[in-house]
Amino acid sequence: MNWPLDTNKNLGFGTQSVHAGEARQKPNDAITDSICCASTFTFESTESILKYLRENQDREEYGRYGNPNEKVVERKLAALEGAEDAIVYSSGMAAVVGLLMCKLSAGDEIVFFDQCYHRSREFCVKHLSRFGVVTHQVKTGDMEAMQNAINSKTKMIVSESPTNPHLSVIDLEAFVALGKRNQVETLIDSTLATPYNLKPIDWGVDYVWHSATKYMGGHNDLLAGVICGSKEKLEPVRKLRGILGSINSPHNMYLLERGLKTFALRMERHNHNGQKIAEFLENHPRIERVYYPGLASHPSHAIAKKTMKGYGGLITFLVKDADWQATAAIIDRCKIPRIGPSLGGVESLIEQPLVMSYFDYPPEQRAGFGIHDNMIRMAVGIEDTDDLIEDLRQALEAT
Amino acid sequence: MKFRTRAIHVGSKPDYTGAVVPPIYLSTTFVQPGPGDWGAFDYSRSGSPTRSRLQEAIADLEGAAGSLAFSSGMAATHCAMGLLPAGSHVVAGCDMYGGTYRLLHKICNRNNIEVTLVHADQANHIVDAIKPQTKMVWVESIGNPLMSVPDLQQIASITQKAGVLLAVDSTFVPPCILRPLELGADIVMHSATKYFGGHSDCLAGVLSAKTPELLQELYFIQNATGSVIGSLEAFLLHRGIKTMELRVREQSHSALRIARWLESHRSVKKVLYPGLESHPDHQRARRLMGDQFGGMVSFEVAGTIDTAKTVCKATKLFGLAVSCGAVESLIEQPATMSHASYDAQARAKAGIHDTLIRISVGLEDPEDLIADLDQALALGGGA
Repeated sequence: MNWPLDTNKNLGFGTQSVHAGEARQKPNDAITDSICCASTFTFESTESILKYLRENQDREEYGRYGNPNEKVVERKLAALEGAEDAIVYSSGMAAVVGLLMCKLSAGDEIVFFDQCYHRSREFCVKHLSRFGVVTHQVKTGDMEAMQNAINSKTKMIVSESPTNPHLSVIDLEAFVALGKRNQVETLIDSTLATPYNLKPIDWGVDYVWHSATKYMGGHNDLLAGVICGSKEKLEPVRKLRGILGSINSPHNMYLLERGLKTFALRMERHNHNGQKIAEFLENHPRIERVYYPGLASHPSHAIAKKTMKGYGGLITFLVKDADWQATAAIIDRCKIPRIGPSLGGVESLIEQPLVMSYFDYPPEQRAGFGIHDNMIRMAVGIEDTDDLIEDLRQALEAT
Repeated sequence: MKFRTRAIHVGSKPDYTGAVVPPIYLSTTFVQPGPGDWGAFDYSRSGSPTRSRLQEAIADLEGAAGSLAFSSGMAATHCAMGLLPAGSHVVAGCDMYGGTYRLLHKICNRNNIEVTLVHADQANHIVDAIKPQTKMVWVESIGNPLMSVPDLQQIASITQKAGVLLAVDSTFVPPCILRPLELGADIVMHSATKYFGGHSDCLAGVLSAKTPELLQELYFIQNATGSVIGSLEAFLLHRGIKTMELRVREQSHSALRIARWLESHRSVKKVLYPGLESHPDHQRARRLMGDQFGGMVSFEVAGTIDTAKTVCKATKLFGLAVSCGAVESLIEQPATMSHASYDAQARAKAGIHDTLIRISVGLEDPEDLIADLDQALALGGGA
């Protein structure tokens, strides 16, 4: 019996994490999905090919257009996000590139809030520009500036929410209203929020983008990206993916599906650890400032509280009276979090944005992005809360 | 450091790549420094980097001198039974997995190994059963499927005094709840297919030993007989261990809630769950396990064998399948499924009735699971 779990919105998030998108009864009666590595799929006869083409049948053809493992994950992610459809890519960047390459043409314009992942900015400014697409950036959250940047050529407005690494939360109601008023499409990078904490589709956003490498995979062992939205809007995007070829692999898709089974549990723990550690840091004498939407001191706290269930595991903080070397020394003294980029996995990670992501930028430009020398970004994992706090305490208090 | 932190980090020290998740070594053989001059790894039956990391993590979590990973729980159990010389005697708890029963009565008996089954939750029965030829006492920390809870501390003092090994199958009680070696056991066995892996997608078994000497003896048997875990399974198992504490905590909470709900249901005659005040071993379970008792719940429905069958077939969220401990909830009828390898007479003697149903509570929302059981019990009709 097939029970269409993905359409049953009454089920709890945990139940959907485990079951949504999957066939109730699977081939060979297996409880879990099999890994289908085939690069191509065969037809019984010439007649069956013709039938497939004429009737636009829902089946596999060639691995670049889709595979069974990828489709299960797409159905699960669409269900969790509350979207009609989802398209999975080989990485988060491949996902946004796939979407923008489809939706933008020469002469079109796109407007970003300026706190964004530096590679998405780089793609638009350095590469989309070569195809005649113009990118504007305005101050994060400034709806008036966004309105002023929109003109008749504007096709899409884009923001992360929360942003990385400043954790600013966007007022999606205002953002969507702005898009509708100007008849431009809206895209939210919801990687840091995840559907456990926020569902931008429910607020009327057109496209939701995730680096699924992060919380969705959750184990720091796969790369993936996803775009969620309506079937109608995503249909040409899916077709373009088939041409560009940035599909994910069956092995990765199996690991992502497996990671999603514990999604609700992990997110609950990331939220818990994030809040506790942010509070610890804010009360610590060596800390100048903590960026975490769950803190009343964060400028986005009110809007975050109104729209989000929890605030995730990413925390950014500034060390008081520290130059970049003194800041680096704190990171080097940590024993539990490993030093590295990325976030959202079970293992905590820590890094200094200046060194990890902005090393090549001149100081004035870094300051313009709000990247300070004494800034540390911690991606809190699901380890024991007290262990992580004690580790940070010794790293901050060592002399 | 606490359990959850160690589960994520022990065994995952970075190698030369700096990878947060260590590489999977599929290599079956390893190049040696010289003839007769052995490197850290030689042939992957004897050991591999991926298996070593997994074993290091498990040994740390169990508080063991060392751990060994096998291709299945039964392979691990068979290795432990390999310690028994021909003609020796085993005392085993009768509330026991059907596969272990079969191994003892239909394979080990070929070496003239004699088995006495006892109710292990009554420690004096173990004392009475031990004789000069006895080499091992084998008990499950929560019995399958009747959920009896033996007093491992008391049994350990009995086996130590008698000079026999105490081996504990702790499959139903993962080390985030209970560590039998700390209570005096010599060997702990897990079907790691269950809570360790946790995602119903890798078959594995683990033995952990209290002393380096015992570990060496077991390793000798493992290497000689060869039923080792493969590297891909070792990777999946290690990945699962990182969320084990979170999963088991949630499963224990949901299971207790479901057990309480079942207890109040008119079509349910009896609920067996150590977390319930009504369970005969409840106080003991609290002392040994604290406030978590795992995700396994057994219950008897009012009616006949067919009532139980109908209920098992009627669930929509619970999958009708053997195995347990994973993210997906499962339901089964021990008499016809997990314990069908018992002789009918032995099953009756052990108290595994035809109307018994066993569920493994997964990670779904407990309200959804209760609603599913409710509609299934209504279809069963009760009595």
